[in-house]
Amino acid sequence: MIQLKDIRKAYQTDYTRLEVLKGIDLDIKAGEMVAVMGSSGSGKSTLLNILGILDDYDSGDYQLDGTLIKNLSQTQAAQYRNKFIGFVFQSFNLLPFKTAWENVALPLYYQKVDRKDRRDIAMEYLRRVGLADWAEHLPNQMSGGQQQRVAIARALVSQPKVILADEPTGALDSTTSYEVMDLFKQVNDEGITVILVTHEHDIADMASRIIRLKDGMIDN
Amino acid sequence: MFDIDKWQEIFNSIRRHKLRTALTALGVFWGIFMLTLLLGAGKGLQNGVEYQFRDDATNSIYIRRGVTSMPYNGLSKGRPIQFYNEDFDYLADNFKDIDHLTARFYLTGDQTVAYGAKKLSFPVRAVHPDHKYLENTIVVEGRYVNPIDLREFRKVAVLGKTAKEGIFGEDEAIGKEINIGGLIYKVVGIYEDTGGENEMRVIYIPVTTAQKIYSGTKELHQLMFTAGDLSVPEMKKIEERIRQDFAVRHQFDPKDEKALNMFNLAEEFEQFQNLFGAIRIFVWFVGIGTLFAGIIGVSNIMLIVVKDRTKEIGIRKALGATPYSIVSMIIQEAVFITAVAGYLGLMAGIGLMALLGSMEVDYFRNPQVHLGVAITATIVLVIAGALAGLMPAMQAAKINPVIAMKSD
Repeated sequence: MIQLKDIRKAYQTDYTRLEVLKGIDLDIKAGEMVAVMGSSGSGKSTLLNILGILDDYDSGDYQLDGTLIKNLSQTQAAQYRNKFIGFVFQSFNLLPFKTAWENVALPLYYQKVDRKDRRDIAMEYLRRVGLADWAEHLPNQMSGGQQQRVAIARALVSQPKVILADEPTGALDSTTSYEVMDLFKQVNDEGITVILVTHEHDIADMASRIIRLKDGMIDN
Repeated sequence: MFDIDKWQEIFNSIRRHKLRTALTALGVFWGIFMLTLLLGAGKGLQNGVEYQFRDDATNSIYIRRGVTSMPYNGLSKGRPIQFYNEDFDYLADNFKDIDHLTARFYLTGDQTVAYGAKKLSFPVRAVHPDHKYLENTIVVEGRYVNPIDLREFRKVAVLGKTAKEGIFGEDEAIGKEINIGGLIYKVVGIYEDTGGENEMRVIYIPVTTAQKIYSGTKELHQLMFTAGDLSVPEMKKIEERIRQDFAVRHQFDPKDEKALNMFNLAEEFEQFQNLFGAIRIFVWFVGIGTLFAGIIGVSNIMLIVVKDRTKEIGIRKALGATPYSIVSMIIQEAVFITAVAGYLGLMAGIGLMALLGSMEVDYFRNPQVHLGVAITATIVLVIAGALAGLMPAMQAAKINPVIAMKSD
């Protein structure tokens, strides 16, 4: 599903050049559940941004489901993101002025799904995360765990090949964290590749594989 | 543009961000409202003053008799000046620029006019045939006073529409005989005058007839003339010449302003014209200033709106929004809000103007906005708002969604 070959990325500041990724080779198969671990500054966020087509890389090759992701225009990047990838963030990132179902339906809008179908599809996914009754609530009327489940429903609604989760349990207590992780496992069981960045070992242990980053390299 | 989905997104956004929307809308609304009001009030003032002049020839001079205020040639001051037919003839013979000349002979007070059993009272003016050009009299039936009437001292009367309706109602009046102050006159004409109801109460009779019947002298009460298309300085020169000549004819000091009461309408009118030129420039100056203030206000709000939406933009981008869809969403929303607010401002301004227009106030009348100007101003504001939003929106659409999502 995902093949990285010698990915390098550096940030140029005024005085220094900071190499963040120093040649990453990585192969993730379809249906895997992978945890990326590493201390802060190890490059794990940068790697996730590159995987999520949110950021460019300097050299190397990134193949996503057989498509070379390189030198894309902003519009192409947006289209690939919409088609291949579902994001889940630590801070949920729901639009505060939209209700739960409207948030879930948003990727469908950008996929140009018919207006009448969007609500039905969004409701279906809300049901799957157990929040059908909360469809008309605004994010600030829900608990953190509920918001994250809405975010997961939103990530799933566009039927992506890959779910990228950046510290998805970072803002949740442990009980809620495990509930959210159960949800990720269910998703994974349906054959969707899940990649999550975390620094919590118990969370990482639930993945089928752990990739450790250290100083911009994969540390085996 | 006609994507229903996009409009739903926009309406959703407007509904959930009432304060932001209201602030943007208020800036545009107020700008257009004030501009409309300003332009309309300027026009209303101009219409009002032009209305005051509407029933008189604007290039005319009225000469009224005065009383001397300086002793002259052994004559004491406080001597009233009298006009006679010779003065009329003198003007006609010596001033080639005069194209319409008339005198007025006033009958004291309103006259009782009787027809059949009806008795009413109306003012009567005795005039020369050219008088109709000075008052912009429009003869709608029959004829006006003519030179033969004057030569033969005919007892004929020309009635204003109000007087005619009072005396005859809907009946035919031409050829009928009416009793004015005890004497029988024949109605020969009906006229209208743009000066309004009051102006149309006046009954005109030949000046020579009046002199013969009511005074027995060749006395005149007022002289009036128009002078074609002479410029204001030329009119001023004629006025001065008349004063000099009349000073000799009537034995008063040429420097005695009180002896002759000269009223130069051309000069008066030009002063107003100049005033309007100045007011117009002022109105445009303030109007453009108002528009600029509006543009700056809208631009400011757009900058804040985009900043406010940075996180939302990041989230939308992560979910697959293209830069185009982001920019067009923000711009379309801005254009929609400013256009609606501008339209409402325009309507409110025009509405208030209609209200002001229905009031009867001197020197303020029928205020109206040049619709093209007001609509252009609205469009300028809408475009300014769109342009002001475009730059930051494009910038925001370009930034990395991860960074955008972290902003608060």
